[in-house]
Amino acid sequence: MDSVGNIIMYVVIALAIIVFSVLTVTTSKILRSATYLLFVLLATAGIYFQVGYEFLGAVQIAVYAGGILVLFVFAILLTHRPDAKSQPLTSEKRWLGLSAAIAGVLVCGYALIKQCDVVSATLGSSDVTIEKIGQALLSTDKFGYLLPFEAVSVLLLACIIGGIVIARKR
Amino acid sequence: MELSLLMYLIPSLVMFGCGVYGFITRKNMIAILISLELMLNSVDINFAVFNSYLFPGQMEGMFFSLFAIAIAAAETALALAIVINVYRKVKNVDIKEITKMKF
Repeated sequence: MDSVGNIIMYVVIALAIIVFSVLTVTTSKILRSATYLLFVLLATAGIYFQVGYEFLGAVQIAVYAGGILVLFVFAILLTHRPDAKSQPLTSEKRWLGLSAAIAGVLVCGYALIKQCDVVSATLGSSDVTIEKIGQALLSTDKFGYLLPFEAVSVLLLACIIGGIVIARKR
Repeated sequence: MELSLLMYLIPSLVMFGCGVYGFITRKNMIAILISLELMLNSVDINFAVFNSYLFPGQMEGMFFSLFAIAIAAAETALALAIVINVYRKVKNVDIKEITKMKF
């Protein structure tokens, strides 16, 4: 049995995710689209906090809402006039997109609601402490993540160098 | 009333559907990237929620979304660098205008 406050938080987060993700892909101004994406990302961090992953929620806010969103805003301001609007959609494109999205959502929703029995599971008690996360990230044991951790660091280095090489002035 | 796994999967499903719609209909390269971020984000939610509801003692799903976030950050930075470079050459970020791979 969840507390009333928890359920109210869930309703707010779920509504925010649904409304703002629809607005993100339908608004005609690109800067507004980036702002709505920020709200979606913050609501996602709220979901992570609610299921007990505080570290993941903090990373989501710091990396996505803090880093990627600023990159998006920089790129938008570098490539658009402030009052730029996107061109109106052609009807065949919109029809194609709508049918693909609605068909996917309907099929997956039907499968989730009617065909799966694990979806009624309720939240168990888990204590994911920062200490456990740190031990797992830097250990080489069975559930250790040292190799992917180092691989990601090499990937980020490659990404920094690639970004400089691609975007520098020639 | 209890919050079940399904109640977290539905918003994530809607988010993924929105991402698919935006990815197909948008013509602006940055808007396409934003739709891509929506899709990636909904998958991250699924990993974390499945982990926390079905396997509460383990942390595999959480680490998977952690690494997915890191890789998405790298991918977005590179993609935006490419977009800015294309804008310098073509003065446009509309995918209809960008038809050549080499300038």
